[in-house]
Amino acid sequence: MAEHAKHEPHHDGGPLHRFQLEGVSCAGCVRKIESALQTVPGVEEARVNLGDRTLAVQGEVSAADCVAAVEGAGYGAEEIRASERELREQQRAEEQHHYRQLLWRAGLALGLGVPLMAWGLITGEMMVDSPMQQLVWGAVGLLALAVLIFCGGHFFSGALRAFRHHNANMDTLIALGTGTAWGFSMLVVALPQLVPEAARHVYFEASAMIIGLINLGQALEVRARGRTSAAVEKLLELQDPTARVLRDGSEVDVPLEQVQVGDRLRVRPGEKVPVDGRVLEGRSLVDESMLTGEPVPVQKAEGDALSAGTLNKNGSLLFEAEKVGAETRLSQIIEMVKNAQSSRVPIARLADRIAAIFVPTVMIIAIVAALVWFNWGPDPRAVHTLVVLTSVLIIACPCALGLATPMSVMVGVGKGAEYGVLVRNGKALQQASDLTTLVVDKTGTLTEGAPKLTDIETHGDSDVLLALLASLEQGSEHPLAEAVVAAARDKKLQLKSADDFEAITAHGVRGTVDGKTVLLGNRKLMQREKIDSDAWHERAEQLADLGRTAMYAAVDGEAAGLIAVADPIRDDAKAAIARLLQLGLRVEMLTGDSSATAEAVAQQLGIDRVHADLLPEDKEKIVGELQGKHELVGMAGDGINDAPALAKADVGFAIGAGTDVAIETADVTLMRSSLHGVADAIELSRATLRNIKQNLFGAFVYNSLGIPIAAGVLYPFTGALLSPVIAGAAMAFSSVTVVTNANRLRFFKPTEEGEK
Amino acid sequence: MLTLLVNVIGLLLIAAIVWWFWLGPKRHTAESVSGSEKLQILVKDGVYEPDRIRLPAGEEATLHFRREDASPCAEYVLFPDLEVSAQLAVNRDTEVHIPAAEPGEYPFTCQMQMYRGTLVVE
Ligand SMILES: [Cu+2]
Repeated sequence: MAEHAKHEPHHDGGPLHRFQLEGVSCAGCVRKIESALQTVPGVEEARVNLGDRTLAVQGEVSAADCVAAVEGAGYGAEEIRASERELREQQRAEEQHHYRQLLWRAGLALGLGVPLMAWGLITGEMMVDSPMQQLVWGAVGLLALAVLIFCGGHFFSGALRAFRHHNANMDTLIALGTGTAWGFSMLVVALPQLVPEAARHVYFEASAMIIGLINLGQALEVRARGRTSAAVEKLLELQDPTARVLRDGSEVDVPLEQVQVGDRLRVRPGEKVPVDGRVLEGRSLVDESMLTGEPVPVQKAEGDALSAGTLNKNGSLLFEAEKVGAETRLSQIIEMVKNAQSSRVPIARLADRIAAIFVPTVMIIAIVAALVWFNWGPDPRAVHTLVVLTSVLIIACPCALGLATPMSVMVGVGKGAEYGVLVRNGKALQQASDLTTLVVDKTGTLTEGAPKLTDIETHGDSDVLLALLASLEQGSEHPLAEAVVAAARDKKLQLKSADDFEAITAHGVRGTVDGKTVLLGNRKLMQREKIDSDAWHERAEQLADLGRTAMYAAVDGEAAGLIAVADPIRDDAKAAIARLLQLGLRVEMLTGDSSATAEAVAQQLGIDRVHADLLPEDKEKIVGELQGKHELVGMAGDGINDAPALAKADVGFAIGAGTDVAIETADVTLMRSSLHGVADAIELSRATLRNIKQNLFGAFVYNSLGIPIAAGVLYPFTGALLSPVIAGAAMAFSSVTVVTNANRLRFFKPTEEGEK
Repeated sequence: MLTLLVNVIGLLLIAAIVWWFWLGPKRHTAESVSGSEKLQILVKDGVYEPDRIRLPAGEEATLHFRREDASPCAEYVLFPDLEVSAQLAVNRDTEVHIPAAEPGEYPFTCQMQMYRGTLVVE
């Protein structure tokens, strides 16, 4: 890759190459390398920096030749690729340069156009009647020509180039419009006798004004467009340019691009994590909100994963780089956002089709309109013909139409990234806005995904009972047993070893702890062991109705109490479901659990449709069935077990970006592990689509009103034609309007997340 | 006489527009590239050059777009059917990776469709 890359000319001289040197140790080496490079043709300047062992070469020369020269001198060299950051800075400088150039051109053109127009409006003398006027207007005409060339030359060269390729674009329209106005005026000046007396009017001010206004419009557009990519900028800024790497026992700051997998790095409090890695030493709170949208900082200690771009809050961490450069999660997010930002939305297909034939069509309309005025219009016909021709060409704006969708998608997708919503492409964005049904996988989405001890009921000391049960269950691998053990650990209870442990299939477990015989299992176990547990039946049934799994405990042949285990519902699931229902979606729950448990969870969350007892492959089938009923189905899941269903759904939402599989298959990836992300995504997609529709509507209306008005349909009512200057202003600001409207999306905020 | 002349010129112009932009034979600057070769596409003055690119089917390829137009129109190149897009840097090469594709014609454009080209996979 690098060896193919060509180098851009800098503003201040030839291209610059930079190399990392090897084997350089003293000032002598420096001289040797520098003089070796001086002999390479094309090299203007070569400088070695002994401090960081780099070589900078300026001049029209290939990187390979430089490397060869260094190697010829007995050293090693490797080209340093320009970092993403440098590239961006250069691009921004280019943009700034372009912006100033546009302003400058606009100023010059308006500087001629405005006084001319003022003269015309005040004195009304734009006619060529005498040789004296011929001379004066001729001079003005030459000035206008200079403006056309200096300020509008790019329109003409672009139009010509496009024309040669059988293409026509906005440049074509501008060049034709201003060129016609100027050409006609020059004809009037040079050979007035060819033109009827009433039509000896010059339009130099129109051509200068149009060029000026359009340059001004483009300058404003560049400004406004800069803001559309603010979201990606923000992500890019999460990376610091340097990283602190441990080399030979000391910490050195190296440019981010030079960090390699396996390097050991240090992050101090208040610094950003530079690359993805794993903690070797230290503990600290790390703020991951920029990647996950999760506001609470996460505790990191040895063995925990760190992601590039996250902020180290309070402790110093030593970690090992595992993924660098384009491999980091942050880079992949940026890549995905950028890709989605420039993808197409199906709704724009009509606009695309129109855009493809727009310019030639406008040219034909302009000629037809001009001929109508020429043949049947009132006098002065020649003037009317010219004005109509110019105005129609100038007012038609293909860019408003072309920009309508991409600008909104750009802002909308970027905004999503800010809230941890990564949309794969424009199609997913559009479909998300149209969803009618959302299917949600229960485990891991609505619930935590890991069972927890919810209740412990006994007449005696609950901690004593829990310690006994946890000691008994230590040896078991059942998920419910894990919940019991975990609960005891959380309470810091002392566990003892269990003897004679025995699992009784479909009943429970038995063992001896601390000399006591302990039983834990269902009612059948109690009956089998002839233990009187009737006192607990009612309570056990209540717990079961709540969707919890209740188990009876007995110690030394006596019923000791109940414990209940459940997969707890996520804190925010209820509020998120309420938001989704508010958005008018039908929410259905999928689960492999028994229907009693599932119903209980659904009831607590306010979901009224439940598909329980499902096998993994059933999920996909249910999505298909819903689609068969003409529902647009969204599916939210964690992406691990649900991949086929996510893929089958019209929009698959993968919750929690933990798995790469999810990112690969899902249409929308939610960085945040919460169903709120789905609601955010749907709200955002609706807002974006609304914005796109506004833009498209605006552009259609603009063109379908603007062109007839320029063609003179209002003449019978107003008695005047649209001035080409006004047409130019309208055209220049129509695309600015579209970009500005798209920018309004930047103020999008998801609805409140309830009482939090 | 003048009236007739102007009308004839107008109609001829319309015919010329229809022919040149829509009906007429399109002479493209076509270039083909195999997976390993480097192909540079110049993005300048509203035109991709070459604007017709041939690629062998079933092979990945890398195209090098060189954008020499600072205006924002040229900033992105999109291959909507291939779900590929790239932001192009001004005055330098930007690599665009094209995944292996089925034979067919894939148009590529800028965001506003002012720049247009066709990728022919065969
Ligand atoms: Cu325009």
